[in-house]
Amino acid sequence: MNALEQEYLKVIVFQLADKEYAIPVSNVQGIEKLMHITRVPKTQRYVKGVINLRGVVTPIIDLRERFNIPISVNEESTRIIIITLDEMEVGFVVDSANDVIDIPVNSIEQQPEIVGSNEEEFISGVAKLDRRLLILLHLDKVLNPVE
Amino acid sequence: MEVNQYLEMFIEESKEHLQSCSDNLLELEKNPTDLAIVNEIFRSAHTLKGMSATMGYEDLADLTHKMENVLDAIRNDKIHVSPEILDVVFESVDHLEEMVMDIADGGDGKRNVSETVAKLKRIESGEPIQAATTVQMAESEVAAGVAELSSNLEYDDFEKTILLQSSEQGFNAFEIAITLRADCLLKAARVYMVFDILEKNGDVVKSSPTVDRLEEEQFDQDFQVAYITKIPAEELQSKIMKVSEVDRVIITQLSKEQFIQSTTQETVNPTVVTVVEPEQVEAQLPVAKPTEEVANQKSTSSKQAHAASKTIRVSIERLDILMNLFEELVIDRGRLQSIATEVNHGELNETVERMSRTMGDLQNIVLTMRMIPIETVFNRFPKMVRTLSRDLKKKINLEIIGAETELDRTVIDEIGDPLVHLIRNSVDHGIENPDVRRQKGKPEEGNVVLRAYHSGNYVFIEIEDDGAGINREKVLKKAISKGIVTKESALSLSDKQINELILASGFSTADVVSDISGRGVGLDVVKTTIESLGGNISIDSTEGVGSIFSIQLPLTLSIISVMLVEIEEEIYAIPLSSIIETSIIKNSEILNAHNQKVIDFRGKVVPLIFLEEIFEVPRKERIDDEFHSVVIVRKGEKLAGLVVDSFIGQQEIVLKSLGNYLTNIFAISGATILGNGKVALIVDCNALMK
Repeated sequence: MNALEQEYLKVIVFQLADKEYAIPVSNVQGIEKLMHITRVPKTQRYVKGVINLRGVVTPIIDLRERFNIPISVNEESTRIIIITLDEMEVGFVVDSANDVIDIPVNSIEQQPEIVGSNEEEFISGVAKLDRRLLILLHLDKVLNPVE
Repeated sequence: MEVNQYLEMFIEESKEHLQSCSDNLLELEKNPTDLAIVNEIFRSAHTLKGMSATMGYEDLADLTHKMENVLDAIRNDKIHVSPEILDVVFESVDHLEEMVMDIADGGDGKRNVSETVAKLKRIESGEPIQAATTVQMAESEVAAGVAELSSNLEYDDFEKTILLQSSEQGFNAFEIAITLRADCLLKAARVYMVFDILEKNGDVVKSSPTVDRLEEEQFDQDFQVAYITKIPAEELQSKIMKVSEVDRVIITQLSKEQFIQSTTQETVNPTVVTVVEPEQVEAQLPVAKPTEEVANQKSTSSKQAHAASKTIRVSIERLDILMNLFEELVIDRGRLQSIATEVNHGELNETVERMSRTMGDLQNIVLTMRMIPIETVFNRFPKMVRTLSRDLKKKINLEIIGAETELDRTVIDEIGDPLVHLIRNSVDHGIENPDVRRQKGKPEEGNVVLRAYHSGNYVFIEIEDDGAGINREKVLKKAISKGIVTKESALSLSDKQINELILASGFSTADVVSDISGRGVGLDVVKTTIESLGGNISIDSTEGVGSIFSIQLPLTLSIISVMLVEIEEEIYAIPLSSIIETSIIKNSEILNAHNQKVIDFRGKVVPLIFLEEIFEVPRKERIDDEFHSVVIVRKGEKLAGLVVDSFIGQQEIVLKSLGNYLTNIFAISGATILGNGKVALIVDCNALMK
């Protein structure tokens, strides 16, 4: 196949602990700095609460909690990525938002053989780029509790 | 395809016409001899017929046509109004309504109405009343006068002079009778086009009806003008005929002789003339019955036109956008206020204060713009009660008070069905049969009063009947047998509480279950709907005297008053509508009863709910204060005390949803954005008290 005709997927790359994850840009509405989160009682452990996103009350999910990664202290680099899926608007708390890159569709492997951790069920694929390994998230599964 | 853009307009207008038909039919039932009302109905039906034919709804047009024939016969005194005839006309209006609803739902408006059509036909062909021949004669003459469009314009001296002089100067003086097609949609536009042509080629001396009326579409299909021009009649006719939807143009040359003739005719036959000049008719009302009828018709229609000119139609969508934008402003106002308090700058404070006042006024206006008179819900009830009372063979008079009371559109949309249930309930279970009423020494005719009024930030709707009232024993027995209350707890219930048992689900006291007030599923739905609207319902009843169902509703649902409270560092909002009062209690006042902490509040035992436990608020350190801040809230008759750390104050807030992701959060009904930009959750007191 000619390299020019290759299809690309534009993704936002973010960091959680020592791994890099990716979400398609089409699902991302914006990236916000950490702001005041109002706790909502009696919700799932990983639901941090709600924020005021320019007048819209938006729920926030801590991805570290969701993937059972030990909680880190909030730092300057902590970001909230606002994503939309099926008329839902939700913010993800991540360690840092790194990059927007194009990944060739044919570099995405559907079988995540290398990753053997807790978040396996949320992964839709893995992309290998030079020395980087990007984990593509399955947003549906991240949002909908199956447990 | 082209029709689609008119569909919405068509449905809207059809509904209006049908509503006016049924309103007037009810009116007619009270005054069966008032032919002005018949005319009113006839006009609505006629317009509806024209519109539906244009839109291609043949069944609708056909049924309307048949109904119109009957109305025409009534109006011409060929048949007399009787309850039986009105029943059939009502039936047709019902069918028409169903058809229009069907069209609104995307259907084709087809419906089997052969039975009603047959009935209408039978009425129409019924024996005419012979005695009224002379009146009939006069009337048909009037009708003919209008229909034939003979030379019957009336001229005053000034106009006569103009016409005479212009014909002397070589102008042609014409009288032009123009008939538009029956299905003409834009009559005013056609009139305008005709006048445009006329004015390009000459001068219009006079028109009948007057130009104003023509522009307001206050005419059936035809109008006449007196006209002077230099172009010949044939040319003029072909020019006017080029305007689309013009059916017929008859041009008569006004010679001097004819002119004189027409003036003599005027003196000979006053009825014909008065049709043309309504203002004069009003001055000489007693002349003849038909004249009076025409005059009435014209004066009502001009009144309607007057009222209509003061309003404009704005789409609900736009009002919603306006409301949303305003809500944003309310949030920013809160933010500005808190900044101003922090900065404490004189001029800033002043400006913010003034802005707040203006915003307050603006809020009133924005809210009232979304208000609709409750009439839109009430106006379907007279017909409903009439049908019900005929079906049940009861005599019932429905009185409506305060139909002009306004409510937010969101509330109006929801309140219709509960009210239908309650009225059916009053009619079916409340009002007794006429012979029972007679035995009890009551008038045979039962009264149902539907009342709406404003009070404070609420709207009250009451349904009062002078019927049997609620039988305490019967209700209790039933409630116990259905397992709604236990025998023991029944003893401690107040009369009011017992009355309200009929709102519990699975309850129906009527010995015979009729299809009118359902099977007892209705009233609990009523209660749930009203509570979901932030309102509540209560019942007062005296056995043998009657019952009052009273509904309390908030004026609006999107901006509410709340009390802000603090627990540790979290702020919660409690709707003012559920708060009775706030109080500070001492540790020693808290009593224990069955593992439940309670307090004695004005002689009542009120359970305490510690919000920090319910909401699992994380505490930095345990505080053991001797005093507790308590908000006493209520749900119906039940009270509870919500224990919080401190009160912040009262505030108007904008209700926001938590979005589609977080649904069904326990005891949280929504969120709002505070002045500092943070989100505060709104406590759902109803969920806390089960």
